[in-house]
Amino acid sequence: MSTPAAADPASTAPEQDPAQSPEPGGSKAVAGRRSKRRPGDMIFTGLSVGSGLLIFVTLALVAIFLTVRSIPAIRDSKELGGGPDAISLWSFAAPLVFGTVFAALLALIMAVPVSIGIALFISHFAPRRLATPLGFMIDLLAAVPSVVFGLWGGVWLVPKMQPLYELLNTYVGWFPLFGGDPSTPMRNLATASIVLAVMILPIITAVSREVFLQTPRLQEEAALALGATRWEMIRAVVLPFGRSGVVSASMLGLGRALGETMAVLMVLSPGATFSLHILEVGQHNTIAANIASQSAEATPDVMARLIFTGLVLFVITFVINALARAIVSRSAKS
Amino acid sequence: MSATPARTASSGLVTGSGASERRLPWYHLLLTAAIAIALAAIVLVLFDSFSIGGLVVLGYVLHLVIGYGYSRIREGRRWANDRFATLLVFGAFAVAMIPLISLLWEVLHRGLGKLISPYPGYFWTADMAGVVGGMVSGGIAHAIVGTLLITLGASIISVPIGLLTAIFLVEYARYGALRVLGRGITFLVDVMTGIPSIVAGLFGLALFITITNDPGIRIGLMGSVALSVLMVPTVVRSSEEMLRLVPLELREAAYGLGVPKWLTIVKVVLRTSIAGLTTGVTLAIARVIGETAPLLLTVGALPMMNGNLFSGRMQTLPTFINSQYRSGNAVCNSDAITNPITHMQYACSTTINYDRAWAAALTLILMVMILNIVARLVSRLFAPKLGR
Repeated sequence: MSTPAAADPASTAPEQDPAQSPEPGGSKAVAGRRSKRRPGDMIFTGLSVGSGLLIFVTLALVAIFLTVRSIPAIRDSKELGGGPDAISLWSFAAPLVFGTVFAALLALIMAVPVSIGIALFISHFAPRRLATPLGFMIDLLAAVPSVVFGLWGGVWLVPKMQPLYELLNTYVGWFPLFGGDPSTPMRNLATASIVLAVMILPIITAVSREVFLQTPRLQEEAALALGATRWEMIRAVVLPFGRSGVVSASMLGLGRALGETMAVLMVLSPGATFSLHILEVGQHNTIAANIASQSAEATPDVMARLIFTGLVLFVITFVINALARAIVSRSAKS
Repeated sequence: MSATPARTASSGLVTGSGASERRLPWYHLLLTAAIAIALAAIVLVLFDSFSIGGLVVLGYVLHLVIGYGYSRIREGRRWANDRFATLLVFGAFAVAMIPLISLLWEVLHRGLGKLISPYPGYFWTADMAGVVGGMVSGGIAHAIVGTLLITLGASIISVPIGLLTAIFLVEYARYGALRVLGRGITFLVDVMTGIPSIVAGLFGLALFITITNDPGIRIGLMGSVALSVLMVPTVVRSSEEMLRLVPLELREAAYGLGVPKWLTIVKVVLRTSIAGLTTGVTLAIARVIGETAPLLLTVGALPMMNGNLFSGRMQTLPTFINSQYRSGNAVCNSDAITNPITHMQYACSTTINYDRAWAAALTLILMVMILNIVARLVSRLFAPKLGR
């Protein structure tokens, strides 16, 4: 099967994995008889290569448009333009970036342990027959639209969390996160992060579960045969094997949490400070929620500033996602 | 794998780590659980704050302690750790079920009433023209039409692009420069999957403002373009997986008969994987149909029907839910309100905006669920019989 491809002078491909090895007919049609290609083939090749390139172009366009549209904001900012009454882009964007990263990290801290627990539950604890339906239940969470999560968070969750927050504020108030002066209704960063955590739970669970299920069965059985308890087996075999997968799953979740709009927009009452007090209302806001709430009645210069923050968000999530994918592909190779 | 080895270990003593280590049968857990629940109930009654939720939470925490202690004494440290970890893992799953069940229950419980009053179907066939204040009328026909049209537009843009890209990745990007290009596209598609939806919305906005030079432009097509930025990567990923499942032998058989490559792809590869492709596309539609943030930026809002993607603002279900939620409680100064357009009188309710939001949320969830079920049915009923 690989012989004709290797003998073909035009084929410069090094080693091809079996799934990708070229079929003899295809390589001959492309490389051997280039002059006799059918018009249908040329059109189809052009179309499919073209739409592949279109993805390149789209991503480039996203970056270009965001950059071009935010140039006025950068040019007129206090930092660059130097005008005394100009608005400082830094003081506009920095609290938003802080709020975005803070909310996403809080959500991640809450979601990752629970997700690992669920993934282990489905892969190693639940009865085999129940594993698929239980996994489906978690996937169901991923199918719920974000605006419904926002509605649920704003109407149902906010009053439900109030007693817990008051308890935390009274007894653990010395800890900076729970300090401050919370007021009702508790539309604070803590509630928003909980909703975010629920929303990123399915993706982290799904990726971790896949990795845990790929643990070599022989190693697991060897550990059990040596007398290990199930938990010792998981600690010695499953978790080390799945570590990189869990890390990249968490980063994918982080990317989601950074860019999520509706949950924050509908739950959080916004502010623009660097406060660490997650129970205090009106202290934080995120880039995405800020864009969504301000864009409707934005003048062109405000819009430029909003698009600048959108560009910042795009860059942050791009880097996070690229890192996550790099970890996944490296662990898949090894 | 789960239970058998553990049971073997429990039947005998584990050598080398103390003769006291032995595995007790699982029903000992019930015993400790009963003790923990009883203790929790007593504590809660003593503090005069008894509730089912509190009982479950406190009982679980107490059971972590009591179960661990009991197991530590009767079974030894290693099995006690195992018990503890098992309890934690079961607890994690239970914690994840709380939001799912409460969300579905709340949506059903709060949304159903509005959906069936004054008569079933009214809410789905009326629009919001002339509905003011706390007037108990109005519906989401315009939002349903808007959502369906904009999603249809997004599908028309992204399905061909996504499918052709997947074909390129599977059938063409095999060697030389195309292979390198394919690698790059795979990476970019992965990254594109993670684009925040609000950024896609900003892109749609900036693109159309630049093209038309009108900062106030808001049309349905902008929403479709923004959504397709989110939809293309999903379609590419799922289609690529499906195309890779088609066995090489089928392609080789076609080439052996002298069929050109493009006809092989159309008549053999696509036809074999059509069920999987349909499933992938349906799931991609289900994913974008609930997107809110891009539509907030690009299509605006409108209280009445607009069936034209190319001009004027549109209402969609997600943005409708958001705007009703933001309106909050209505003010009722009199018992009856007159619709300024139809001159009909309606009752007044302060919670009407929330009722509409929940009913619309129920409708949206129903749409997503139906799409998901259709996708699963298609993949089950029309799956090609490849293996023998």
